[in-house]
Amino acid sequence: MRFVWRRRIPLAWCLLTRQPGRLVVALAGICFAGMLMFLQLGFRDALFDASITIYRLFNADVVVVSSTSSSSVSMEPFPQRRLFQAASWPEVESIAPVRWSLLVWKNPETGSPRAIQAVGFDPNDDILNLKSLTEQKKGLQLDQRVLYDRLSRPEFGPVEDWFNAGRTVTAEVQNTQVWVEGLVELGVSFGADGHLLTSNHTFNQLVGSSDGSSTSIELGLIRLVPGADPDAVAAALNKALPDDVQVLTKQEFLDSEQDYWREATSIGFIFNLGAAMGLVVGAVVVYQILFSDVVDHLPEYATLKAMGYSSMDLVMVILQESLLLAGFGYIPAFLAGKGIYGLARGATNLPIVMSSQMAIFVFVMIFVMCIISGLLAMGKIRDADPAEVF
Amino acid sequence: MATLQPTPPQPLVRIAELNHWFGRGDQRRQVLHNLHLTLNPGEMVLLSGPSGCGKTTLLTLIGALRTVQDGSLEVLGEQLLKARKSVQRRVRRQMGIIFQSHNLLRCLTATQNVQMAADLVPGLSFDQRRQHAIDLLSEIGLEDHHGKHPSALSGGQCQRVAIARALAGNPKVLLADEPTAALDRRTGREVVELLKRMATQHHCAVLMVTHDPRILDVADRLLQMEDGRLSTAQELAPL
Repeated sequence: MRFVWRRRIPLAWCLLTRQPGRLVVALAGICFAGMLMFLQLGFRDALFDASITIYRLFNADVVVVSSTSSSSVSMEPFPQRRLFQAASWPEVESIAPVRWSLLVWKNPETGSPRAIQAVGFDPNDDILNLKSLTEQKKGLQLDQRVLYDRLSRPEFGPVEDWFNAGRTVTAEVQNTQVWVEGLVELGVSFGADGHLLTSNHTFNQLVGSSDGSSTSIELGLIRLVPGADPDAVAAALNKALPDDVQVLTKQEFLDSEQDYWREATSIGFIFNLGAAMGLVVGAVVVYQILFSDVVDHLPEYATLKAMGYSSMDLVMVILQESLLLAGFGYIPAFLAGKGIYGLARGATNLPIVMSSQMAIFVFVMIFVMCIISGLLAMGKIRDADPAEVF
Repeated sequence: MATLQPTPPQPLVRIAELNHWFGRGDQRRQVLHNLHLTLNPGEMVLLSGPSGCGKTTLLTLIGALRTVQDGSLEVLGEQLLKARKSVQRRVRRQMGIIFQSHNLLRCLTATQNVQMAADLVPGLSFDQRRQHAIDLLSEIGLEDHHGKHPSALSGGQCQRVAIARALAGNPKVLLADEPTAALDRRTGREVVELLKRMATQHHCAVLMVTHDPRILDVADRLLQMEDGRLSTAQELAPL
């Protein structure tokens, strides 16, 4: 009989709704916890995601970096020779050398300097899977021309507005004047508040080589012939090339960047801690509500036991209460989370979105939080001694 | 389970050499001394005595709400000495209990409160159980108060709902612990008469603890308890 579902009085529901004020407090607490989790985890994921926005666009199967490079913000140069050595490999279809460094950009409106992520490459190469770049890269064949990331932070100046208004936009980069030839869309990350793309020739001039040549690069992109195994090629190249470079598959390259932000910095920890705080606050609120609910109804629970209800029946009532709280608390938390994400996206240009993964994760956490609070509150049920009701 | 014996009718409650203690060690104090008692079908038995004499303890033992320590206590064919929790629950479900205060669930309506007991009865659908609860409320004269919460009912009305709840599980025995104590004289009288009428209609034996002298006349049999001892003389001589 116990295992057969029987429709019964919805006791959990009646208990919760008897005091609407208290129910609202409980839901507000859960909603707050959910919002905090959405906020913290959303930012964490968005920041990790943003850290590889441009990496993801790289048109490469295998990537060569200096063995001392640990992340996009500490990219070290290595001899371009290494990339040419790799080019002789039979599986290698094409190579593309890339320069990568933070350069000082002066806001064309105010003149205030700020570091911008500059990427230099041969305009004949397709280094990014980015349509706007393919269409506009021809313009980079002239010296001192750049493409500007329109998602760069506004502190770099009203470049997009001016450009779209048809003005000729010039700015000083490393004290050299450059012309904005066009706009691309990349997005900001931890390491970069903005991006500019230019030819490797211009890049080299900006960093002090008068003839625009350099024997060093920061990144070597390698495309493989169709059917080649990137893992095998990367392993073989690692073995063959000197120790001053490391060869990674594109996936390894993406992972190592994310791992850097996740593990070698405290960013992940801080956001996880924030989310955990939300969870704890929510758990305390739910526990308080359920506990006072149990204490308030102790004689009634004891009466139910005297009538023949088992402790398990009462435990189920508390569990149902916590599940109802979880369900009804999650809905406003989800909506608030969506709202916050929209605001954050507008304010930061970070790719912060309500993924179904995130929605489900926070729901599960709230669920677990309510169950645990319910289980803690239940300890009191044992005190409901039916012999004491008399 | 009780075996099917046509004659004589099985007593519903059979108590022999029942002793009970409270506390441990030096604090240990005997509250019930060598009790013998039987309760037969259809009887209304009143148990009275000064407060603290052990009446309520006896009632909670019969109601399977307390663990039996020593002696034999058989209720509805189940031995409660060393009984498992599941046996205790089964016995509880076959008895109706009425408390001094009504102990209705504040968050439920009158009908829902009665149905909480009916919900323990196997086999009936939700609608049948609800109808059963509504019928019981009508029987006790509260047909106009189905949807009201206890806070909207008077003390006497609440106690009547509690009677309906006690009967909703179709019990063979009703245990009542001073059901009139919280009520004024007239309401108390009405409640006890209702209890008697309902018990008769539902073929239910009643064991009621009371020290309200105004209601002793409804009893078939009167037991007196003092210092944890039943006065056998009165048990043998029904009123």
